[in-house]
Amino acid sequence: MDQTIKKPKTLFSNAKVKDGFTIFFMLLPYVLLFSLFIAFPVAIAIYLSLTSFNVIEMPTFLGMTNFINIFTQDPVFLKYILPNTLMFSIIVGPGGYMLSFVLAWLLAQIQVIPRTIIALAVYSPSMVGGVFISVVWRTLFSGDESGYINAILMDAGFLDRPIQFLQSPEYLMPIVIVVALWSSMGVGFLAMLAGILNGNEELYEAAYIEGIRNKFQEVVYVTIPMMKPQMLFGAVMAIVSTFTNGYIGVALSGSNPTPQNSAQLITNHIDDYGFIRYEMGYAAALSVVLLLLIWVFSKIAYRLFAEKE
Amino acid sequence: MSFQGTKINPTSFSKSQIPFYLILIPMAIFMLLPVLFIINQAFKPLDELFLFPPRFFVQNPTFDNFTQLFRTATSTGVPLVRYLFNTLVVTIILVFLTIFLSVMTGYVLSKKKFRAKKTLFGINQTALMFVRTAVVIPTYFIIVQVGLNNNPLVHVLPYLAVPVNVFLMKQFIDQVPDQLIEAARIDGANDFQILFKLIYPLTKNAIATVAILTFQATWGAVEASNLYIQDESMKSFAFYLNTLALANTGSALAGVGMAAAAGLIMFLPNLIIFIIMQSRVMNTMAHAGIK
Repeated sequence: MDQTIKKPKTLFSNAKVKDGFTIFFMLLPYVLLFSLFIAFPVAIAIYLSLTSFNVIEMPTFLGMTNFINIFTQDPVFLKYILPNTLMFSIIVGPGGYMLSFVLAWLLAQIQVIPRTIIALAVYSPSMVGGVFISVVWRTLFSGDESGYINAILMDAGFLDRPIQFLQSPEYLMPIVIVVALWSSMGVGFLAMLAGILNGNEELYEAAYIEGIRNKFQEVVYVTIPMMKPQMLFGAVMAIVSTFTNGYIGVALSGSNPTPQNSAQLITNHIDDYGFIRYEMGYAAALSVVLLLLIWVFSKIAYRLFAEKE
Repeated sequence: MSFQGTKINPTSFSKSQIPFYLILIPMAIFMLLPVLFIINQAFKPLDELFLFPPRFFVQNPTFDNFTQLFRTATSTGVPLVRYLFNTLVVTIILVFLTIFLSVMTGYVLSKKKFRAKKTLFGINQTALMFVRTAVVIPTYFIIVQVGLNNNPLVHVLPYLAVPVNVFLMKQFIDQVPDQLIEAARIDGANDFQILFKLIYPLTKNAIATVAILTFQATWGAVEASNLYIQDESMKSFAFYLNTLALANTGSALAGVGMAAAAGLIMFLPNLIIFIIMQSRVMNTMAHAGIK
């Protein structure tokens, strides 16, 4: 690494040119890796989405056919994937986001030691990992009478016979949503908690002198405007974790597609077409739809919280 | 002192805090129940695992599930320590390289003046919402094209450029006063000396945060082993435990306890490291806003 600095030092006397070289070499590794593993995949996805590609033969150009097919020919997409994905992402995205703000705000109102302990309890599900999620939740919701939830419900007299929670279409999706919410209090939650705690005390006092009367007004007029940058960061993190959590339905039910497509999300649909049916062009078109969906969500977040210059 | 009760970050207890506790404590218990459950499950002997009706708490804790886990490993041909070794090596390399790369990039984006700066930071900020699973197929083609398929480097290279890390470092380095850097420059320091002697010590909290996030991601990583590695002896610990756990969950299988032990092993390091570093993480997050 030292050579990259020494070389321009001897070759150029001009400080500006030297600085330019340093900037270039310091940025180069990140820019290269970013291009190769983040930008190119997105570009290739857009290209492949316009083709038919089965991995063995060269891709053939189709134009918009894949996109037209998604919205006209794919019965599963319109009937299950789109409604499921929208429902899941609206409940887990904005829902989980509001929940993490409320929890962060409540935590900011109590003392430091109990706050640290409770914050740790709230944050820990986000770092448990995939093995943990499938082990715990599959055991809890297991379909026979030795499943914990079934046993509790039967013991309390709500049920006569165990329910196949993870194999029945009407229960799987709600369970997936609960699990996703449970594991969604991650980095965004921590950022919001830190944002509230770092608030300027004088602002609050001034607001009370100005005539703010209750906690609700305090949140709306002081807390949220003050921590807009953290709110935005939290929102972006919520969007990412929502769409990354698509694997939960498959992990819980143990199959892709999930039983009767009940918890099938667009990410599972992509895996299904890409890695099970090898219709890469179609899978890529689905990826592009997903990226657009993420983009729309984050546009809304920026609209709400970005500070206007 | 009457203002104390309605204050953010209060220093003492007051009656007005009781409603907050009434919501927070049940919430914390709900969040923690699955964690308590897996701890109990992992230490249950066989007869307690299949008890009917099931019992939440363990009565006679035993290490059987853990010993069984380590013994099963040897029968697959590749010993468990091999997977553990792979993951440890990859984690150490990734944590150090990610820190180096993120601090360097964050430093340039924060303190250097050049034309494309705003554009580059804007692109990185847009990429915060990059969801890797969305483009897993094109990524696969790239990895095959550049010869990384079934190459141990595939555990490292695709995961080095993480927009969140660069973003956090840049926001944090923004807090370092320009005068300090100017002073160092007048004393004759070059950019790498500034980076190592000035920026690193002053951004310890953010570096710790990047290290934790990288550790968590790498320790639990299964993607590379799933998709890009065919050689069993090069796969990750998380991949191995995942396969084992998935094969053994369900209600009436002999490996339930083993799967719980595996889940616990994956979780504990994350928890312990986070507890040790939590104040540094919180300090970093205070600067994590998107302006």
